[in-house]
Amino acid sequence: MKICVCVKHVPDSAAKITIKGKNQFDESINFILNPYDEHAVEEAVRVKKQVGDSEVIAVSVGKKDAINTLRSALAMGADRAILIKTNIRADSVITSRALKAAIGQDGKPDIIFTGKASIDNEGFQTMYRLAAALNMSVASNVIAFSLDQERVLVECEMEADARGIIDMPLPCVIGTSKGLNKPSYPTLPAIMKAKKKEVKIIDLESLAIEKPMSSIEILELKPAVEERSSKELKGQPEEVVMQLIRVLREEAKVL
Amino acid sequence: MEKIGILIEIKDGELKKTNFGVIAAARDDCHELYAFLLDGSGAEFKSHLAYYGVQKIIDISSTEGPLEWNPVSWSIAIIHAMEHLGINTLLGLTSSQGKELLPRIAAYLDAPLVMDCTDINLTEHTVNKSQFSGKTIATIKANGLSYIYGIRPNAFEEKPAPCEAEVIPYQTGPESEGLIVKEIKQGASKGIDLSEADIIISGGRGMKSSENFRILFEFADVIGAAVGASRVAVDAEWVPYSMQVGQTGATVSPKVYIACGISGSVQHFAGMKTSGLIVAVNTDPEANITKNCDYYIVSDLFEIVPILTRQIKEIVGEDQLTGTK
Ligand SMILES: Cc1cc2nc3c(=O)[nH]c(=O)nc-3n(C[C@H](O)[C@H](O)[C@H](O)COP(=O)(O)OP(=O)(O)OC[C@H]3O[C@@H](n4cnc5c(N)ncnc54)[C@H](O)[C@@H]3O)c2cc1C
Ligand SMILES: Nc1ncnc2c1ncn2[C@@H]1O[C@H](COP(=O)(O)O)[C@@H](O)[C@H]1O
Repeated sequence: MKICVCVKHVPDSAAKITIKGKNQFDESINFILNPYDEHAVEEAVRVKKQVGDSEVIAVSVGKKDAINTLRSALAMGADRAILIKTNIRADSVITSRALKAAIGQDGKPDIIFTGKASIDNEGFQTMYRLAAALNMSVASNVIAFSLDQERVLVECEMEADARGIIDMPLPCVIGTSKGLNKPSYPTLPAIMKAKKKEVKIIDLESLAIEKPMSSIEILELKPAVEERSSKELKGQPEEVVMQLIRVLREEAKVL
Repeated sequence: MEKIGILIEIKDGELKKTNFGVIAAARDDCHELYAFLLDGSGAEFKSHLAYYGVQKIIDISSTEGPLEWNPVSWSIAIIHAMEHLGINTLLGLTSSQGKELLPRIAAYLDAPLVMDCTDINLTEHTVNKSQFSGKTIATIKANGLSYIYGIRPNAFEEKPAPCEAEVIPYQTGPESEGLIVKEIKQGASKGIDLSEADIIISGGRGMKSSENFRILFEFADVIGAAVGASRVAVDAEWVPYSMQVGQTGATVSPKVYIACGISGSVQHFAGMKTSGLIVAVNTDPEANITKNCDYYIVSDLFEIVPILTRQIKEIVGEDQLTGTK
């Protein structure tokens, strides 16, 4: 079985984002493998072990540093990787087209795993666009996954702790959520071994993607202002609770 | 007048109240509002939707009756209806259902999509949304032939604007493309959805155990709040992941967010920083959350929360007696 997993190189959520110019940010900060994509890699490797005779290929669209994220995926157990290199901050329309082209070149997979969202763009859409482009079924927010011959059975997170049980044919695209598995952290030998695995680098331009009709353009980035005045409510427990109730009533008007 | 489509969500036979914020976001003088309902309840909610300014209610069903929930057939039905009516802008909620439907529709139409918008200009095709776990606000321009937007629940205030509405039935063929919804299972923590609640009370490491969350549920029951949690509480398996608030959990914007025994990490703030009022109960006056909230109480949550529940119970009881609520 051939399994692809899409991984994105994203700024560490703990890093400070410093805005440069109108719509850029200082990229000399720590970048990581998108946290949701860790679940995608973990699941891909798990399925490979379960099915046997399979290959896991990690694919990323990004700048040359994205190779580090591919190395993380390789250390987690992916067999080889493809970097679609570009200097632009690709939107999800371009990204999904690039993924489709590179994955298509490599040979059509049976399953493609992605995360449910990237934590920088918070787009929630690349897997759907990729699936539509490849004419595959897709489910996202997946928290349980099993294979049954030519079909897959997944559980998708819905509201208020409900889950939809979905049955789809292979090939398909699966967007993974956090409840699906617990990513294992790579061992030192696995990290060493990952350095020797193949990473193929393709220039985005060489994929000759047709200019899409639609695009997303970031006009401006601004820091979110989030100063709150932080007043302490003081006194005996009964008193502070009365003060809080007054706030809920008069200020928030929820009582 | 340009037509704007709005995907309406129904839950347990009721209109979700977060729909009205989406309607408010779509409304202005130069647009005509079309509400899409897919579960056969179009006529039922006519007056309610008209009260908020919806002029046309598109009651979508299949030739075989109401559409059963299936993200593929629902998306296709909406696309057919949009094409039939000549609508090329669609707004919905960034809810679980919206996250299933809006990207599918955008992918089929090859349309730009921005999820979780907190501001919108339908004429300029620009929106604001937070990025990088809420650290920045991006102003984004969508370019394309049609436009799909997911609105953050509670980002817009509902605004009544009564008008006349008309219900238009629309039938599409039953369409299923490989994907089958076998069943919907309700999990253990049934209750108010985090994205729908006006008040959320959340617990973190300070809760110490699964059983202790009971005091938060008791508070929630009295006032109709939802209960959330930090990642620490979820990772310790005290509560299910569906309750996690934060960068890798739910993003919420309730009117009031009460954080109990939560230190206020960047990643937690990413999920709740746009709440109306943030209240913290923490034994540590130096906890990060006390520096960036509206009100904080330096005290043991196990002491404060039960008193809060009791006092609110008394008030709610009184209101019921005097009939003021
Ligand atoms: C990639 C990534 C993603 C993450 N995503 C999320 C996310 O989505 N959501 C999230 O929450 N975290 C997330 N985290 C984890 C985050 O960094 C913090 O570790 C976590 O939020 C801390 O949880 P906490 O506040 O409950 O615990 P702590 O930071 O340990 O804080 C516990 C607080 O409880 C107080 N306390 C203890 N006892 C009491 C008592 N009896 N009464 C009152 N107060 C008491 C303490 O003073 C302390 O301030 C993420 C981390 C990473 C790296
Ligand atoms: N540049 C990228 N390279 C590889 N995979 C990506 C990229 N962008 C998004 N993805 C995948 O698509 C998922 C959803 O991303 P998004 O639509 O940006 O929220 C991510 O979790 C990744 O698995």
